[in-house]
Amino acid sequence: MRGFLINRLCQSLVLLLIVSVIGFVVLNLIPGGPLAQFGLDPSMTQDDLNRLKEQLGLNRPLWMQYLDWAWRLVQGDWGHSFRDGASVLDVIGRHLFATLLLMGSSTIIAIAIGTWIGIRGATHRYSVFDYLATVGAMVALSIPTFWFGLVGIYVFSLQLGWLPAGNMYTIGDGSALNYMHHLILPSIVLALVHVAIWSRYMRSATLDVISQEFVKTARAKGLSERRILMKHVVGNALLPMITLAGMQLPSVLTGALVTETVFTWPGMGRLFLDSLGYSDYPVVMGLLMFSAILVVLCNLITDIVVAIIDPRIRLS
Amino acid sequence: MTAIAAKSGQDRWWNSRTTHRFLGHHLALLGMVMIVCLTLACVLGPHLLPYDSLYIDLRARFSPPLTGYHYLGTDPLGRDVAARLFMAGRTSLLVGFSAMLLSTLIGTFVGVIAGYRGGWIGTILMRTVDGFLSFPSIFLVLALAAALKPGPIMITVVIAASSWMEVARIVEAEVRSLREREFVQAGRMLGLSGTHIMFREILPNAIGPIIVAATLTVARAILMEAYISFLGYGIQPPLPSWGNMLNGAQQYLNSAPWLAIIPGAAITIAVTSFNFIGDGLRDAFDVRADHS
Repeated sequence: MRGFLINRLCQSLVLLLIVSVIGFVVLNLIPGGPLAQFGLDPSMTQDDLNRLKEQLGLNRPLWMQYLDWAWRLVQGDWGHSFRDGASVLDVIGRHLFATLLLMGSSTIIAIAIGTWIGIRGATHRYSVFDYLATVGAMVALSIPTFWFGLVGIYVFSLQLGWLPAGNMYTIGDGSALNYMHHLILPSIVLALVHVAIWSRYMRSATLDVISQEFVKTARAKGLSERRILMKHVVGNALLPMITLAGMQLPSVLTGALVTETVFTWPGMGRLFLDSLGYSDYPVVMGLLMFSAILVVLCNLITDIVVAIIDPRIRLS
Repeated sequence: MTAIAAKSGQDRWWNSRTTHRFLGHHLALLGMVMIVCLTLACVLGPHLLPYDSLYIDLRARFSPPLTGYHYLGTDPLGRDVAARLFMAGRTSLLVGFSAMLLSTLIGTFVGVIAGYRGGWIGTILMRTVDGFLSFPSIFLVLALAAALKPGPIMITVVIAASSWMEVARIVEAEVRSLREREFVQAGRMLGLSGTHIMFREILPNAIGPIIVAATLTVARAILMEAYISFLGYGIQPPLPSWGNMLNGAQQYLNSAPWLAIIPGAAITIAVTSFNFIGDGLRDAFDVRADHS
């Protein structure tokens, strides 16, 4: 276990290093580079910019600039938003809850429905249900999330009037029920793609487990099919899905950004777009790095969780 | 030579086993037909319609579908939605296709070198792939698209920069498994150069998975273009694309829902078709679903 942990930690550190290099390249591709925020200020002359460059050490070799930038990242000094001067990490922190709420609820929906479809597809292989689930998953993967959101708003908010068309809560009403009511549509919209992915993987994972010897043994013991499914198949099939949940995080974040835009949800995705609109590059870079670091860490955590549950992984 | 080829039934591509399997895949055929129809509509459509995609008719603003010759209605400026849809299709399909070509090229190149060379070169390349995959693709694409000068070519490059990793992974795994095969060892013994072995001997044998990945990449590229154009950082008006037709459609959702529904349906049809084709090709080439 210790060998596995050390190995996995080193891998993640290397990955974080590469992620930071990619981030640094993107930062320098932005016109004006790290000084972009000052370039917009009309009272800044070229002389001022040059002096600033000198002060901030931007005329040093690139690798030194990178080390400096990465070191400040590690220390938690991610710069300041130039919209309100707040520290970037504070700004992100303020929007984190809304995004986590949306991602959490949509992940629960995706896992619940996807698991059910996947298991049913595997146990009723080549049935009409299985066929429809397969085709449906491919169509679901092809629907642009924002368009699904627009159609959802059109049907359920504008035509039927059942659900609110946007925002996280009604101003003046902060009750949990009100939050839930606002959460329904965006989390279903965000979940669609992941229901599709989850059900496909769950189907093949279940098929893998069903064909194994211990299932045959359980059948030979005379256990009912239902009991075999619940006790022996589902648990084993869900295990590799923990890793999948970690791997899906980047695409959940991508979906969240789009969903938040359509539903004016005050999360990280909207923050990213707003910041882009104001050319607030410190926040844009902060969110870019924050999401990538989040992804690397989540993958590390899911791998460790799987290794704790399943000793076979640790040894291989 | 001919005798052997005829016996295996693979002398010509049209009666090879792969082709037969692909033709037996109904969804893939459906996808093929839909893409051909869509492409024809986008190429010929604008010539057949009575309105130009840029013709502004303020008296006919917000006409719902099927009013007069505006088969799909008009937009807030009174421009014909059908004409714009077909012109936009040209942009979106072209961007999707070019982004696929570019990202497949990059991905194949990286994958072949990483898979064949292995060692520290392979490790660095594949870790870089992992690094790119750690970024939510839309964050990366939006940051780059906002920073660089927007334009169809730049958008294509940016989309390709965010979607070459899947191909690289697939090719790397394939090449790594082919590297130790006899025909490669024979090539080495003949004294062929590494480049020759990589691109002339190994690559043709990995073409199946590459084609499958490329088809699915077209689907992803069209979606990505739609996302960033919808958000206002992709293809810029007046050049229409399916994505930027949807930009701003949300505020008219109640009064003119067709503005949002029609372009989105076109995107869904195109992307679904490419996904169907990719799925059929995967079965035809007998590529395992999970390669890594």
